[in-house]
Amino acid sequence: MKVKTISRSTDEFTRERSNDLQRVFRNYDPKLRPQEKAVEYVRALNAAKLEKIFGRPFVGAMEHNEAISCMAKNPNHLKGIFAGSEDGDIRLWDITSRRTVRKFPGHRGAVRGLTASTDGSRLVSCGADCIIRRWTVPVEDSSEDSVKPEDFHISKNAYWGVDHQWKGDQFATVGAQVDIWNHTSNAPVRSFQWGTDTVISVRFNPGHPDLLATSASDRSITLYDVKTTIPIKKLIMQTKTNSIAWNPMEPMNFTAANEDGNCYSYDLRKLNEATMVHTDHAAAVMDIDYSPTGREFVTGSYDRTVRIFRYNGGHSREIYHTSRMQRVFCVKFSCDASYVISGSDDYNLRLWKAMASEQLGVLLPREKKRHEYDEALKNRYKHLPEVKRILRFGLGTLFLVCIKVYTYQYESSFSPLLLCTGLDTGTTRGHTWCTRVSSSAQGHWR
Amino acid sequence: MSVKATKEEKEKETEEEKLPEDLDLKVKKYLRGGAANFDDLKDKKLKGQLSHREFLYGASAKAAAKYEKWLMPSEGGYLEADGPVEKTWRIKQEDIRREVDISSSRNQHDVILPEFSPYTLDFTSNGQYMAAAGRKGHLAIVDVKNMIPRREIQVGETVRDVVFLQDQSFFAAAQKKYTYIYGQEGIEAHCLKDQGAVLKLQFLKNHFLLASINKFGQLHYEDVSMGAMIGNIRTGLGRTDVMQVNPYNAVVALGHSGGTVTMWKPTSSAPLVKMLCHHGPVSALAFHPNGRLMATAGKERKIKLWDLRKFEVLQTLPGHAKTLDFSQKGLLACGTGSFVQVLSDFSGTQNYSRYMNHSMVKGYKISNLLFRPYEDVLGIGHSMGWSSILIPGSGEPNFDSWVANPFETRKQRGEKEVHLLLDKLPPETIMLDPTKIGTVKTARKKEKSTKKEIEAEMEATVEAVKEGINMKKKTKGRSKPSKKLKKRQEIIAKAKRPFLEQQMHDGQLTIKKQKISEEVALPKSLQRFARKKAAT
Repeated sequence: MKVKTISRSTDEFTRERSNDLQRVFRNYDPKLRPQEKAVEYVRALNAAKLEKIFGRPFVGAMEHNEAISCMAKNPNHLKGIFAGSEDGDIRLWDITSRRTVRKFPGHRGAVRGLTASTDGSRLVSCGADCIIRRWTVPVEDSSEDSVKPEDFHISKNAYWGVDHQWKGDQFATVGAQVDIWNHTSNAPVRSFQWGTDTVISVRFNPGHPDLLATSASDRSITLYDVKTTIPIKKLIMQTKTNSIAWNPMEPMNFTAANEDGNCYSYDLRKLNEATMVHTDHAAAVMDIDYSPTGREFVTGSYDRTVRIFRYNGGHSREIYHTSRMQRVFCVKFSCDASYVISGSDDYNLRLWKAMASEQLGVLLPREKKRHEYDEALKNRYKHLPEVKRILRFGLGTLFLVCIKVYTYQYESSFSPLLLCTGLDTGTTRGHTWCTRVSSSAQGHWR
Repeated sequence: MSVKATKEEKEKETEEEKLPEDLDLKVKKYLRGGAANFDDLKDKKLKGQLSHREFLYGASAKAAAKYEKWLMPSEGGYLEADGPVEKTWRIKQEDIRREVDISSSRNQHDVILPEFSPYTLDFTSNGQYMAAAGRKGHLAIVDVKNMIPRREIQVGETVRDVVFLQDQSFFAAAQKKYTYIYGQEGIEAHCLKDQGAVLKLQFLKNHFLLASINKFGQLHYEDVSMGAMIGNIRTGLGRTDVMQVNPYNAVVALGHSGGTVTMWKPTSSAPLVKMLCHHGPVSALAFHPNGRLMATAGKERKIKLWDLRKFEVLQTLPGHAKTLDFSQKGLLACGTGSFVQVLSDFSGTQNYSRYMNHSMVKGYKISNLLFRPYEDVLGIGHSMGWSSILIPGSGEPNFDSWVANPFETRKQRGEKEVHLLLDKLPPETIMLDPTKIGTVKTARKKEKSTKKEIEAEMEATVEAVKEGINMKKKTKGRSKPSKKLKKRQEIIAKAKRPFLEQQMHDGQLTIKKQKISEEVALPKSLQRFARKKAAT
């Protein structure tokens, strides 16, 4: 007879020394894991809840002396952002420490446009005082606090915006007409005009360096090529477009932020029909910027909110608002796609996380794996009603139900609706910065 | 040289071809079902995304099957007889003891405690600890790996059943009047008065539910993590002490004295399944770990193996069984009197035949059989104490540290408890088919069949009824032809009634107003000239 039984020797299955790691043995057989789908579902539910609990997107604020009218990113320096305000004050902010690195004084009126050159060494600003100024962005070591302008040009009409080519030496300013400038020239190299209305915004195409799109106050979007003398195409919409952003990963697509609260995505080859309409804002959308991944864009609106949309999503993924933040005039997505910066009417630049529940900093490989697992779980079960509700509306809906019961029991004078508006997490799909009222209520029910 | 090179290439090719044959079965195990069919999908983008996902599933299953040989080094136990004459069921425990190594032979022992007889056993999920309860009030926790008794208490009253909760730190004992929960030091932590005098206890590990059946046939579910009652179901089928949990779907099955087996979930007051299994009372019940096979034993000397997908008998074996248990590898142990019989389905064909036998000393009455997880050991609780014997090939040789670790340290136990609590399943997830979670619920649309279809259906039923009419022969003038005809018409009208009611409900049929016959319309003097309808 041949016999063998399972006999496990302790040394094979336990660690040798106390400073070794514990030994782990795996058997992936599904037989050992009964009800694994239910366990996965419970873990997905917990992951969705944790995402909402850790959703604290506000990082910090940077203050100016007046309302902020425009911002510019420097593609060669992740940490810095240029911001210009309505009193002519231009500052270079260090995002990590949230302090002003340099000031660029000189403009007397509102700064309407800011842009950095391709190599990041030069800054161009234009303002309502009809002046374009060129500055050299100082290197870190230099000790000067404020920078003197390199050059300036005065014109007859106020400027409304400026943008620099992604690859090249030219930049465009818009106001009464579209002017193309060189860094060396004193006068515009080329001028375009189609119609008599003011042109209010301009953006160069990231893929084709000579192509640019502008929007004018006659509700139009016009495409120009810098090399030609005549404009290419004009699209007239029902309401004015405040700003345009090109998708850096798909340069034939651009999204226009419109006065009617919608954002319209177009393919430049087929302008007769929008590829996507992104609706969610309640008032005019003032500014729009794409993430460097090309998968998301951020919009700032007159209705005091900042929303993040997926590039092909009809509705916003995320909404950021605060009682302290007033009309949002400009937004930028940071160059590492982790942050969103909004400049608003209340003199503040606000720094928000692009993914509200993201853990910042260096992650341990185990933490990374766990986050990836949670994301995969949420993706798999996001269509189930409980998980869907938490991902869309947040945990506040759970407390909404509890508080409604509370009011009916105690016959409070407050109607349930009034109480609920105090809980921002319940009514909106987003995050508030100041959640003192709601967090205490949450603490109470937890 | 070039000829040799080509030969090597050919060898490699054949090797690669050989591999899939071996791996096929293993890959099937990891695939968890067949691939989805995308032929009906019209959305091309979605089709592309889903087929990519299917490809990834296949790749991961293949990888898991390939790495098995490194991840799972131990092979299971086995017992093979030499030649056709020697039979495995004639091999005795003493013979096995001689052939096996010392550490395994330590697992063969008898503990004689005649004063507190008979004993009920329970093992923790990693097979490291055993709880033994003597009917006369003896409760003991034994570390079976090192054979050290950890705690012993004498409660001074009848103890009918004992069960471990999530791990060895808590156990529940069904005592004379109430159920008590004891902590690690043997200190009484809780007294559960709601349940009454409990006959059998079972613990649903993933849900933290303690299921109990009491003297009056009431099934009670208690959530031990919160201390809340989840369900109290009056089964209405009388007193029973045959209760088992199906590990595959966490459904509790009860065997009743009428020969029926009912399956329950905590959220419904009616059983999920009620099946008539035996002609006499059901004496024992056991579930195979894959959830598809159930063994029941009846007092009429039959042991039946059921397929739980079709609810059909697969095999009937003769014999009594007071207690049944399936091992991790699918061996079935049946115990009656002082005799234990172990049946095995060789090579997974689900055709059970004799594998091993063991007879104990004649006076010992077996009350409880339980296989020890991850070991080739069978624990026997009997009237004179408890024993443990070796059954090679019954335990799963490769354990997963994150599921159940027989070499757990104190820290690992604590962390595991936290993870178990985090992954605690709500009681609503208990269902007969646990793979349904996450699937799409097909909406039941009430199909309004057309008028023609309804008429066709009506005619079909009428035809069927007409053929099935059997008129009873009545005497004393009651079976006149006219009466027979009336009866026939009555039966046909009864068959038609539900269709007509449905049509009326839909508003398609209205009671026809009687046509005023021509007779009445004409003035009285001319009525005799009106055309009368021929009598039908």
